[in-house]
Amino acid sequence: MFYREAGQFKTSYKADQAIFPILQDRVGLGLIIVLALLVPLFGSDFLINSFMIPFLIFALASIGLNILTGYCGQLSLGTGAFMGVGAYSCYKLATIFPEVNILVHILLSGFFAAGIGCIFGLPSLRIKGLYLAITTLAAQFFLEWCFIRIPWLYNYNDSGAIEVPTRTLLGTPITGPSSTPSVRYYVILALIIFLAWIASNLIRGRIGRSWMMIRDMDIAAELMGIKPLNAKLSAFAVSSYFCGVAGALMVFMWLGAAEVESFSINVSFQVLFMVIIGGMGSLIGCFLGAAFIFGLPIFVRALPDQIGVAINASTVDHISRMVIGALIIFFLIVEPHGFARLWQIVKEKLRNWPFPYG
Amino acid sequence: MELLQQIFIEPFVLIADIPDLFVQTIWEGFVSGILYALIALGFVLIFKASGVFNFAQGIMVVFAALALVSLHTKFGVPAWIALLMVIGIMGLLAMGIERIVLRPLVGQPDAILLMATIGLTLFLQGAGETIFGGEPQSMITEELGLPTGATDWEVLGGRVTFQHIDVAAIVIAGLMVAGLALFFSKTRIGRALRAVADDHQAALSVGISLNQIWVIVWFAAGIVALVTGIMWGARSDVSFALEVIALKALAVLILGGFTSIPGAIVGGLIIGIGEKVFEVYWGGIFGGGTEAWFAYVLALIFLLFRPQGLFGEKIIERV
Repeated sequence: MFYREAGQFKTSYKADQAIFPILQDRVGLGLIIVLALLVPLFGSDFLINSFMIPFLIFALASIGLNILTGYCGQLSLGTGAFMGVGAYSCYKLATIFPEVNILVHILLSGFFAAGIGCIFGLPSLRIKGLYLAITTLAAQFFLEWCFIRIPWLYNYNDSGAIEVPTRTLLGTPITGPSSTPSVRYYVILALIIFLAWIASNLIRGRIGRSWMMIRDMDIAAELMGIKPLNAKLSAFAVSSYFCGVAGALMVFMWLGAAEVESFSINVSFQVLFMVIIGGMGSLIGCFLGAAFIFGLPIFVRALPDQIGVAINASTVDHISRMVIGALIIFFLIVEPHGFARLWQIVKEKLRNWPFPYG
Repeated sequence: MELLQQIFIEPFVLIADIPDLFVQTIWEGFVSGILYALIALGFVLIFKASGVFNFAQGIMVVFAALALVSLHTKFGVPAWIALLMVIGIMGLLAMGIERIVLRPLVGQPDAILLMATIGLTLFLQGAGETIFGGEPQSMITEELGLPTGATDWEVLGGRVTFQHIDVAAIVIAGLMVAGLALFFSKTRIGRALRAVADDHQAALSVGISLNQIWVIVWFAAGIVALVTGIMWGARSDVSFALEVIALKALAVLILGGFTSIPGAIVGGLIIGIGEKVFEVYWGGIFGGGTEAWFAYVLALIFLLFRPQGLFGEKIIERV
């Protein structure tokens, strides 16, 4: 009833291949974008800085990992390190070429991550599944070590941390301490919309279909003329590109300064949780998963204050970790296919309403 | 040229010059290798019987050790009774995990089960911190009757120090592995476990209860975790930092194969000795701290040539 494709005829090949062929999708997406644009008008700086900005950044990283894990079927635990590669290369680019716009650097830094991702993706040509996941741990720990032991990466400063310089876009500071959260939010929002659009087109296209063929059955895909080498390495490259850009955004637009701990194995797990809870092989799932996994700890920590129970901070931290672990298990049991599946069910219900079956 | 000399000549000259340092290094590596092997053993037990890649093994080690120490120091339970109580706790934990986590998730893809064990890791971490506190604590070595102190031996014209607790660790680990091997090969439950590991459906059809077997393997893994926790806690402190070290057991698994107990032990020794020797003799070239990644990079290179591991029973899915 509310979500019906019936009556929406396509009269040209172009209309048939459009990215959102259904009117309701276009309207819904338009509404979401308008709402997203309105957030800074109503939300406080706290909301923007500690939820909206990281949520968008982690959604981008989840898109990156989802391309690799959800669409190409290669499990990876090295996301945090690939984000780190993006962040450190963006930092180096910004110090070597200070006159070039920072957005160009952020988009370029993804290519360094893509290169490193390709190198650590090589084992995927011989192994898959959990074995591959462990080899990506090699990427995680080796790169973390590089971030500490190669002082050139952080310009030989004593703290070992990378500090973000102030850079402007059209005269407005968008990075560094003097930039306002709203400005940074709009810049990130624009970048995320652009990159999500690219990702969705990549997935719909020839290359994305070759990833899915490899995921579903690699031998059949090979017999049908897909080269596993090209498909897998391109998945690693594209995935690492998105992760790298997310890492650069995380440091330049959110944290402001970062050390190696910002890219630890816990970040890898966090992003993997987002992908799995959100739904493997679904772009909307990345956003839902990121909102859930990033929002949940904030919510759980804020809860005792809201209901007026005074518990000291470290206890809240411990209990929240416990609750999050339990909730993750709960969600995996209730809906192993993630929020994307729930969203599909909702769409189906909307289509059939008021009848139970279509 | 100088680099080549640093890599191929100087370390060996050093080994020949100071042989006792070399023996000491190997011994240290051997002991930590045994501990890696014990963690890997816990993984292998569970993976064999249920196909679950148990990421929570590392935190189970910490959890068991923390429970033991806290029961003794905070609640004043005598050490041996505390030990028995922790064994009971691990049993309850195994039952709870089987009932609440594994049973509803039977037949889900590997990645989902892996995620569930990572969720379990977070839960146990939070629970351990809430109940026992997050601060590092020292292991109650003496109360448990474990030896302390060290002996110096004359070896090759130098002195090599052997910590008594390390010797005890190796003896206990050896006894435990022998016990497990006997359990697997001689008892009725052990045979059922092996049947399940070979073929789930065939095992079900001859009347073996999968749920019961899973409880038993998780319990066995819990006992292994407890022993590992005691040994590791005696060498350093009992703290949550141990969990990161436990990740190295994953690299051990790659070397040894996911389903092989001898593989876990040999893999553990290779990684333990390899990383110590590499750090002492070659680490300087890389600026030190190579222990953080040596195990994983070794596993990565190893995988390219022998993906099924040293003793892997079957060739893993190759592309």
